[in-house]
Amino acid sequence: MNLSILLLLPLAFSLILLFVKGQKQVRAVALTAAVAQLALSIVLLFQFLAERAKCNSAFLFESNYTWFKQLHINYHVGVDGISVAMILLTAFVVLAGVLVSWNQEKLYKEFFFLLVFLSMGAYGFFISLDVFTMFFFLEVAVIPKFLLIGIWGSGKKEYSAMKLALMLMAGSALVFVGLTGLYYNAKGAVSFDLVQLSMHPFSPAVQKMFFPFAFIGFGIFTALFPFHTWVPDGHSSAPTAASMFLAGISMKLGGYGCLRVAAYLMPDAAHYYSTIIIVLASIAILYGAFATMMQTDLKYINAYSSVSHTAFVILGIAMMTKTSINGAVMQMISHGLMTALFFAVIGMIYERTHTRQVAQLGGLLKVMPFISSIFVLVGLCSLGLPGMSGFVAEMTVFMGSWERAGTFYHFATIIAAASIVVTAVYILRAVGSAIMGPMKNNDYLQLTDAAWNEKTAAVLLMVGILLMGLAPFWLNDLINPGTEVIMQKIGMIK
Amino acid sequence: MNSYSYTPLIPLLPFAGFVILGIFGRKYFNKTGGLIGTGLLLISAILSLYTAYQYFFVNGKVGDTYQTITAVKFTWLTFSQHVSIDMGIILDPISVMMLVVVTFVSLMVHIFSLGYMHGEERFATYYAFLGLFTFSMLGLVVSSNLFQIYMFWELVGVSSYLLIGYYFDRPSAVAASKKAFIVTRFADLGFLIGILVLAFYGESLDFATIIKNLSTAQSTQFVAITSASFLGISAITWGLTLVFMGGAGKSAMFPLHIWLPDAMEGPTPVSALIHAATMVVAGVYLVARLFPLFAINESALEIVRVVGVTSAVFAAIIACTQTDIKRVLAYSTMSQIGYMMFALGVSSTGGENGLGYTASMFHLFTHAFFKSLLFLGAGAVIHMVHSNDMKDMGGLRKHMPITHISFLVACLAIAGVPFFSGFFSKEEILLAAYHSSKTVYVLALLTSGLTAFYMFRLYFNIFWNKDTEVHGHHGEGTFAMKLPLILLAVLAFGAGYIPFGQFVSTDGKALESEFHFLFSVAPVALGFLGIAIAAWMYAKPNDKPQRVATAMGGLYKAAYSKFYIDEIYLFITKKIIFNLIGRPAAWIDRNIIDGMMNGIAAVTAKTAALIKGLQSGKVQNYALYFFGGIAALLIMFIYFWRP
Repeated sequence: MNLSILLLLPLAFSLILLFVKGQKQVRAVALTAAVAQLALSIVLLFQFLAERAKCNSAFLFESNYTWFKQLHINYHVGVDGISVAMILLTAFVVLAGVLVSWNQEKLYKEFFFLLVFLSMGAYGFFISLDVFTMFFFLEVAVIPKFLLIGIWGSGKKEYSAMKLALMLMAGSALVFVGLTGLYYNAKGAVSFDLVQLSMHPFSPAVQKMFFPFAFIGFGIFTALFPFHTWVPDGHSSAPTAASMFLAGISMKLGGYGCLRVAAYLMPDAAHYYSTIIIVLASIAILYGAFATMMQTDLKYINAYSSVSHTAFVILGIAMMTKTSINGAVMQMISHGLMTALFFAVIGMIYERTHTRQVAQLGGLLKVMPFISSIFVLVGLCSLGLPGMSGFVAEMTVFMGSWERAGTFYHFATIIAAASIVVTAVYILRAVGSAIMGPMKNNDYLQLTDAAWNEKTAAVLLMVGILLMGLAPFWLNDLINPGTEVIMQKIGMIK
Repeated sequence: MNSYSYTPLIPLLPFAGFVILGIFGRKYFNKTGGLIGTGLLLISAILSLYTAYQYFFVNGKVGDTYQTITAVKFTWLTFSQHVSIDMGIILDPISVMMLVVVTFVSLMVHIFSLGYMHGEERFATYYAFLGLFTFSMLGLVVSSNLFQIYMFWELVGVSSYLLIGYYFDRPSAVAASKKAFIVTRFADLGFLIGILVLAFYGESLDFATIIKNLSTAQSTQFVAITSASFLGISAITWGLTLVFMGGAGKSAMFPLHIWLPDAMEGPTPVSALIHAATMVVAGVYLVARLFPLFAINESALEIVRVVGVTSAVFAAIIACTQTDIKRVLAYSTMSQIGYMMFALGVSSTGGENGLGYTASMFHLFTHAFFKSLLFLGAGAVIHMVHSNDMKDMGGLRKHMPITHISFLVACLAIAGVPFFSGFFSKEEILLAAYHSSKTVYVLALLTSGLTAFYMFRLYFNIFWNKDTEVHGHHGEGTFAMKLPLILLAVLAFGAGYIPFGQFVSTDGKALESEFHFLFSVAPVALGFLGIAIAAWMYAKPNDKPQRVATAMGGLYKAAYSKFYIDEIYLFITKKIIFNLIGRPAAWIDRNIIDGMMNGIAAVTAKTAALIKGLQSGKVQNYALYFFGGIAALLIMFIYFWRP
């Protein structure tokens, strides 16, 4: 399969969107685009599995074109199991995002255009094997978010949009410094090519110099403590679909970059800095959970809980065992699905009740059983109920982290594991007072349950969560060879 | 393939019920949901009985020893070379026994609920949750893998959460469901870390392998786990104690018991199933499952013993003072589970030494029947008088004869009156305790007297004492409610005649239990004394209870207030966790960390504002800077240039 289709398809659809008129036509095109992407990514999955059974190379479906010869920038794409999993995640979230925005009225054409365009950025990022191309797509995925929040957002949207854009830009700038540093120090292989760079061992001094740039830069995207403060504001102001995209996919760009670029290319530095990263991640996990406990706005609850949950990704990467890295990747997928669904369902509640304050809601189960049940289910997923994705991912991270022998690592794992209790507290508090309990506002009795598009979106993401939660072996098989390649490089150093 | 390949159906049928009723129940099966759920469980129960017959009487034994048969097993998630989560079904004496207990009690509760929950708005949802619970509990008991048991452990927790919060518009039910989940979650954190420790050293998650690796004195794993230590305690003790912490949470052992009395907010048949007969004994089952490891670690076993006996006495004292009949039963459950727990704690392995283990499982078995009977009976009573409080009850023997007789049978059984089931299992526990530790024995004896007292206090208050006006007399309930009472009463009487030691023992070989007439004199006498005092105080309306309470003074008040454990927890959660950790964390994040980020932005903006005047767009200014620059260069040139 030619991976460039993954870029051309959304690009083509976003161009078509510019020429259609009327809400109905626009959303029909957007839906077609999203469905086509999902179909394409499923085809990719099966072709990938078939192809991998036959040949044994690290990346499949590679293609390589010279893009900018003088600077040795190539358009080099290819996928391994990890990227295929991320592409699937993107397709799920985009389709669900289009569905929940079905009744978008304000500037609908531009809205759907940006959504589809963003998805291209994400696909491009995940298939790139050239770090410069990767950086390029990372940028493609930032700018539209500024517009999505600034134009369609709510609350203090200008502030939030600016904050988010500035912090993510700062992250990109750091990433850029890191990449340039690698480029100039890759003596013998002056290149931005990930595969070539990975074969060129950088000296520990160079690694120690540039690893922090790349890691923190990507880390900002994935809410690395203490650079996570864009998350609560950004999410709370963003429109539902943008929140879904932001938390479901954009934050994963960071985690993927931390793993694929920072840790993979600079393994010595990753080991050198792993202690401090583990400390930061453990703090973020527990502290994020405690901060979530005190939130009263549903979106803030989910945003802060994302800070806590994505820190598992960082922790898994920094622990540097095969199991923990598998866990980190699984947590990216799991958190992507789960948090997108959480934002979707919060959006549904907000659209009906016009409030996100937990204290003002109550007894919603009585009037909107479907939405409420989904809320409870996704809450249970978030607190790590077996049978759902969150459990599988978190447990894999715990098992993997504990494999690192040493009191420090075990202690960090215990801190991280303690979050399962705090998570239960904040999830059950939210569920208890918003969904259960007596009805606090009798106006809510007139509210309706989910419409077809909302139901489809919720079921779609729920299916993803259950597929991973009930049968994790397929995902494990999918990503494991990719992790092994990474481990061959970073696992040797003790 | 083996002859047990059908066994996955036993848990999966209730699961199918959950899926069908959970998704379509509300719309299509709101009337028939009960029958669907009950029907599926009936098949499951029949299969369990068949399995028990096959296992115990046909092919479970090789020679004179019961084997562990792996009926099904597949890899669910691989972590590393040796460590993986395998989903499997193992059949050994205790898992087969539990299959029968769980499906049978669950079936009784399903049938009882047909009458009890009739006309509920969310009738199908109720049966869906019951199905989920039964599935999870069955999955738990047949687990072949330490992680599998943990998963189903969490699932029974969430089913319990959903069922306690079934009446979701009552704030008390919501609070109780949250409390139950969070307290057990806290305990499960210990369980999880315990698993990590055991799996790390044992290099496996499979029960058989982990037990083999960690109990063989020569194995490298055993040497590693016993030589590693943290804070002066060996890793094996840490691992087992932490796993036991999970068990203690689920089994409501002191001091993690606070959720159980509140859990009575759920519908009463649910209490009978989850909070009396099945889920709450999961902790006992877990210790029994890992018993070969506990048996060789005296420190961990001592913790089990102390926690068990403390809970038994502590809960029995509180039970004497409560007036909510379900809460009395809840404390009684806690006390009886304490019995099972310390019975394990006084046991070791092999032949006669394993008596405590057999006794514990035996008591678990008989307790399941008489305690679920007590709860269902209480349910019938509550159905009649619409109150949980014994002050609103009295003289009900005239109105509900079947409930009365069956309740009496259960009370006699739990009080340890000879010829009833509880007598046999309790005697065995006392015998095991007597041989191991005299302190435990004395405390157990005391508890057994207290048990007789508070159970008959309950019995006389409900069925004798003053006469209650029963409003809106609708008889004793439907046939669906009476049938389970009768069946359970038969078992509450007769279950003790099963020669339990023949089937369940630490080494799989038959254990002949001897009956010592002299030994049973003391507990029986104490039991009758308890009953007599209860009759003297409560059979007729009088002011003796009041006078006794006043005479006891502070002790009574403390016991009535449950020894203020709830208040201590409330203090820790509200004052310390929320105010001293949660609130500062949220504040620091908004003000300090985010403030720092905003500060950087502000500094950037200020700097920009300061230097933006440089680019004013006025040619004159630029010309000035230009000449200024030239002049500066010129000066530098003059000073520094050396030819």
